[in-house]
This record gives sequence, C-alpha cells and structure tokens, in this order.
Amino acid sequence: MRFLPAAAVLLPLALAAPVFAQERPLALTGARIYPIAGEPIADGVLVVQGGKIVAVGAAGAVTVPAGAEVRALPPGKVILPGLVDSHSHIGGAQGGDGSGALHPEVRVLDALDARHASIQRAQAGGITTVNVMPGSGQLISGQTLYLKLRDGRIIDDLLIRLADGSPAGGLKMANGTNPMRAAAGPFPGTRAKAAAMVRDQFIKAQEYQAKIARAKGDPEKLPARDLGLEMIGEALAGRRIVQFHSHRHDDILTALRLRQEFGFKMVLHHVSEAWKVAPEIAAAGVPASAIVLDSPGGKLETRDLSFESPAALEKAGAEVGLHSDDPVIDSRHFLRSAAIAVRAGMSRPAALRAVTLANAKMLGLDDRVGTLAAGKDADFVVLSGDPFSVYTQIEETWVEGRRVFNLSDPADRTYALGGPGAGDARRTPLCCYTSAWDIILAANGALQQ
Amino acid sequence: MNRAARLALLLLLAPAAAPAAMPLAIQAGLLYPVSGPPVKDALILIRDGRITFVGPAADRMFSADHQVVTAAVVTPGLIDARATVGLSGLLNQPHDQDMLERSAPVQPELRAIDAYNGGDPLVTWVRSLGVTTVNTGHAPGTLVSGQTMVVKTSGGARDREVLQPAAFITAALGGAGLNRAEGKAPGTRAKAVALLRAELIKAQEHVRKRGLTDETKRPARDLRLEALGRALDGSQRLLITVHKVPDILAALRLAQEFNLRLVLDGCAEAPLVLTEIKAAGFPVVLHPTMARAGDDTENLAMDTAAKLAAAGIPFALQSGYESYVPKTRVVLFEAAVAAGRGLGFDRALASVTLEAARILGVAERVGSVEVGKDADLALFDGDPFEYTTRVTATVINGELFRDGPR
Repeated sequence: MRFLPAAAVLLPLALAAPVFAQERPLALTGARIYPIAGEPIADGVLVVQGGKIVAVGAAGAVTVPAGAEVRALPPGKVILPGLVDSHSHIGGAQGGDGSGALHPEVRVLDALDARHASIQRAQAGGITTVNVMPGSGQLISGQTLYLKLRDGRIIDDLLIRLADGSPAGGLKMANGTNPMRAAAGPFPGTRAKAAAMVRDQFIKAQEYQAKIARAKGDPEKLPARDLGLEMIGEALAGRRIVQFHSHRHDDILTALRLRQEFGFKMVLHHVSEAWKVAPEIAAAGVPASAIVLDSPGGKLETRDLSFESPAALEKAGAEVGLHSDDPVIDSRHFLRSAAIAVRAGMSRPAALRAVTLANAKMLGLDDRVGTLAAGKDADFVVLSGDPFSVYTQIEETWVEGRRVFNLSDPADRTYALGGPGAGDARRTPLCCYTSAWDIILAANGALQQ
Repeated sequence: MNRAARLALLLLLAPAAAPAAMPLAIQAGLLYPVSGPPVKDALILIRDGRITFVGPAADRMFSADHQVVTAAVVTPGLIDARATVGLSGLLNQPHDQDMLERSAPVQPELRAIDAYNGGDPLVTWVRSLGVTTVNTGHAPGTLVSGQTMVVKTSGGARDREVLQPAAFITAALGGAGLNRAEGKAPGTRAKAVALLRAELIKAQEHVRKRGLTDETKRPARDLRLEALGRALDGSQRLLITVHKVPDILAALRLAQEFNLRLVLDGCAEAPLVLTEIKAAGFPVVLHPTMARAGDDTENLAMDTAAKLAAAGIPFALQSGYESYVPKTRVVLFEAAVAAGRGLGFDRALASVTLEAARILGVAERVGSVEVGKDADLALFDGDPFEYTTRVTATVINGELFRDGPR
C-alpha cells in the first residue's frame, strides 16, 4: 500500500462519492403528505438536504431552494415519516441465556449482523428506526439497541449515538410466564417471586450507586465494577428506558408498581390485556406499545389478546404505539398492524402516530424521528396509496436523505416480496463502497507513513 | 298452531334434531357469488340451511317470516384449505394440543374427527373473520401425522357440520417431517423418504394379502396399513407438506412410484418448480404469507399465489399450523395479501372459496352462492380484503352467527 498508484486512490473516491448525504437539496412534490406533527397535506412538498428535512408544507407554501433536484411524484403517492418500530428482533438478536434470570450486562449489540436479511426486509416494510431487543425468557434479558436502518456494512454503521458517543438503547425486562420456570433453579417459579427478584436487584443497584456516590472518586472506597448494576443504574437515573414485556392485566399492574417504587422510565410492551386496564396505564402516564396478532392465544397469558387494545388505550388517553415483534409479525406487514387497529376502533391519526411519533417517544428519539418537520432526520417512506390499504405498496424508504429501499430495484424487490435470496444477507452494492473506503483509509495511512 | 308452538312440538317429537333456523333474507349491497359475476343490490333467500334464491333484490318478494339481515358486501363463507384449529387449541397447554402425536413417525390411522373440538375459541375466532369451512386436522410435524376432516365452523362435529370425516392423510417431508431427537428416525430428508417408501410397500403387501382367497393366509387387520392402503388406491388423498425444492420433487417422485393422489401443502419454493408441479397435475394449498419466514420457508414470497395462478396450477390458501403465538393465521388476511400482491381480487376470493372447495372435493355443497348449495356466507361492511373492513356476521347452514363485528 505504500506505493499506491494515484489512480487507485482516485477511482475509489469516485465510487464512494454517491454514498455521502446529498448536499444538493432534493424536493419531492405532488404527494399527499402525513407529517404526523400536523394535519395531512393534500398536495405536499418535502425538501431534504444533508440528511435532514429542510421544509415540509403545501405546494405554494414551501419555497424550493434554488438548485434543488425536484422530483414530481405521479398522482396518488403518499409520504409518511419513516416508520419507527418499538419492538423487534431483527438482525439476529440475542440476549441473556438459560443460566439465570437477570442479565442486565448482556448487550444485544454483541449479536447483531448489519447485513442480516431481516434488516433488508424491515427497510422494505418502511421501517427506518427500530428498537432491537433481546427476548423475554428472563426477568432482565439485556440491553436493547436503537438502530437507524441505514445501508450499513457493520452494525456500528446503524447505531444511534448519544451525546457522549455511546449507542442509544433501552433495558429489556419481562414478567408473566416467559421468564418463569417450574423447575427449581435461578428462575422464578411464581409471579410474586419474579417481582421480588427484580426488586432485590434494583435495590442492590441503588446501594451500588450510593456507594459510588459516597466514594467521591476515591479508588479505595469505590465498589468493584459490576456491569449489571451499572446498567440498572442507568435505568434508575433515567438515561436508559426500561422496555417492559407484559401481557396479562395483573402483570401490567405489577410492572407499573415496580416503576412507581423505583422511578425508572418505562414503556409497556405487548399489553395483550391492555383493554382491561387502559385507564390505569393512562393514569400512570406510561406509554404502551401493543401487538396486533392474527389470533389470540398460543399461551395462557395471551388468551384475551384483542384487536381492540390499541383503541382502548387511545380512548383512555394513553400514549399508544404498535410493534412488529419481528419475527412474530414480519416487518413487511408492520403497517397492517396499524390498519387492523383501525379496524378495531382506533382513529386513523392515532394509528399512524402509533407507528411513528408514539414509538419515537417511547425510545426517547422524538427530537430526531417520528414526524416530518424541518430539522428532523430525513427519514421517510413513499407509498403507492392509502397507508391502511392492503392494495398499497411501499415503494421507497429513505434514511437520513438516502434511499435504502426502492421497489423498482430487483434486489430490493426480492426483499420486499420474498423468493429465492430473500433470506440471504445483503451482498451488493456495498462491496464496492466498502472496499473503496478501506482502500482510502489504507491509502491515507500509507501516505502518512 | 303458532310458530312457537310448532317449534315446541317439533322439539318434543324429535329431541335429537336441531331446531330449524328461521328463514333468512340477506340483502347485500354487493354480492360476490364467485360462481358468477358480482350482483349489485342482491337478495339471498335461505330456508332449511340451503340457498333458495340468489339474484337482484328487485326480482323477488319474500314472505314475512324471514329474518332480514343487510350487509354492504356478501361473499360465500370462506374456506380454509389447511388448518389445525379444533386440534391445536388456543391456550397451547397440554390439554388442548391434539394436533401432533409424536410416539411414532408414521400414524395415518389417527382420525381428525376423534380429536376435533369445535368449541375451541380459535374455531370461533376464524368464524368471526368469515371462515365457515375448514380442512382441519393433524399438523405437519411428523412424517405421517394423521388425517384431516372438512368441517363447518359452527361449533360441533354433528353430521350436518361434517362435510368429510376423513378427508386427507397428512404427511410432511423436509424439516417438518423429521424427528429432531438424537438417534431417532427419520433424522434426515433422505431417511424420511426411505422410511415412507418402506411403509407404503408394507401397505401394498398388506392390501394384497388381505385380498387372498384363503382366509387363513390373510394377515390380521392393521389400521395403519389400511390407511396407507387408502392412499395407495386413491380413496384418500395425501396432503403432503413440502417447502424446499428437494422436498417438492421427492413428493412428486413418491406419487409417481406409488400412483398417489397428492395435494401439495405449503410449497414455499413452488415458483422454482412450477413446470414440474404443473406437469404432475396436483393442486397446491399455499403456505400463509403471514407465517414466519425462516428455515424451510426462508424463501417464501407474497406473490407466489399470483405465480401459481399465472402457471395455471389450481391452488387454495390456508391458515396452516404454528406451534406458538399466534396459534392460527386467518385465510381472510392471507387472501388479502395475495390480492394486493399480484393475484387480484377475484382470484384471491376464489382461492378461499370455490377453488378451495374444488380442491377439497366439497364444491357441490360449499364455495359459492348458488341455489341449492349450503347457506354459508360471510358478511362485510366493505371490501372484504381491506384490513379496515369488518366482518359483521357469518351464516353457516342457514344459521346466523354474530361473533363480531370483527
């Protein structure tokens, strides 16, 4: 690499150029736009630049910047904010194992593959931001990860960075039957034991934090580092939202009770029986992300699952989201969940909010995603028609000003519809970008030597 | 004698017979009979469980004893061509899981009717979403898992509810047909096929010897081999679950070797072998697209139904079998995905009504709205396939069910 010919440096630079966020503004015109932040716009204009939304509004009310590339969409198209999925297991997610019930130190990050086919399928489903979670087989199964579904080479390319550079994510907890085991061992055998074990662990974390505070930085007085208690500490401090799996109405109330005792930020997940305790959920001010499945059952605690839970939560005044729980619902059918919630009485605006802004709030990312508004990330979806119609196709998905899914591209179409290759990891075209980038880095290194 | 007195007398005289349901007059803003073109402002008259009139409402008066029900859209009651509801219960607890017997890999003698619980909430659930007939029974999960039956979803398994008590023998090649336990057969695809061939040859021998003129040389009756014998003589078809290409081809090879009548179940990779399936002449009961895409179904596609239609292969849709949440899919939603992904409305509706009835061999009774057929209907408040449309009621054998609206 020391004697790299100049052409070898220039060629990869040219190849790499298209992947940088466009500096030239792009204006999409002629679509019905649902900004979520405001009323639908019948003849809307969306202007994006440098990965951000520059302007959204009605034709005539938005000034398209000089020099902008203008794409006039054919009649009938619809633009939504990029969908936000508050609960998914794409990318090969894994969490804690069968050795115990408490795994706050386990990171889903360490299991994920950025090129996993499920991520491509989620892009095809219009999902641009996702909370990838470990499972529900433990009381605390690990740290979740909030991802942007960029076309990444490695998982780092998909991370959402907090101000301190750490990857954004939550803490996955669960109650009910999934984390219970009949046999004696490290798992709870009853619901009360499960709650006691969680309380015990959170109290330990409080004491751990208190010791750290008392030590005032004195290494002699600091407790030995405990990765798990550190993470629970992050939840206690409100820096990490607890994403709490709970189906039965009494389990939901138990989760609310734990939150009240320890004061962490929490989102309820699945909430199959939310329709029984919607007023309590709303009164607690805790958001709930509901699942809408083809049928109830499959285990005792989902016996009373109802299409009507999202509507009941909306009527009670709770913040209500929806999630795929992919692979339980394939990400490509995510919008269908919103439509079925409407079928069972949810209002259309609330159902669209449930797959965008409500979920963004549940991840603490609503300052960046979830609506179409100036200054927000340029994450959006272009649809062929009504978002709730089965006849509508998702045609394009954009993340931070880049198109990551295009139905008219044959490779992308395979991920959208399925067929041979739909289960394979993404291969092209990032081979070129990646190798070019590597060559550039190597060349820079060579020049510096 | 007034009507109530007549009914009371009827009940006294024939306590075992179900009371005749009130005659129904269904007024449909739009009727899709499936057997013919749609009819606007249609009327369907029903008496004694059967359809007595279908046509424009303006063409026909009806007597005052009819219960009048109106709906924006009416279709034939939906038919689920491969289900496990009634055997694979809602709760997923040992007491309600009768869809798989794992004590041996080949048990074609297990009859669905001996296990079907029409009162399971999942039967009610699919009925609430327009499904009035199911081909339900033993699930894919062992090499030959048992049989299916074709039954109405009205809640029981009385004679008038059962269309076929022993419809298919259920088999599975590929992942669903293997025994994952260490040291157990069949542990591989090739072993599974070898095992099935050996069983079929045994059955051939059994049938031959049972036909010997010398009674003393006849073997004792054997329910298992008798069932396989019915597959061999074509009197009971084999519903064989196959997803990957090698499994589809292995099934076709078996059919050729033993002259079996197959219905191919699942068929995630059918688009890769359309020519072979078409040439074999077997219908397909296509997997649910809502099912998890992984393992044998990793290449499943939402436009496979459209491809089967284009290739001229008869097919129907199914709810299938799932071992965990959710316990059943719904053919209404499956047809919706197919309709929106290239198949179109008419073919999608046919695939869960008349086409399904034909493949199951029950089209003389169900699958379309025609005079003389069973009065099985699904009532909707809009386009049946739009997710936001509700099923307002179903009619089965002339009986009105209001499980929803859902």
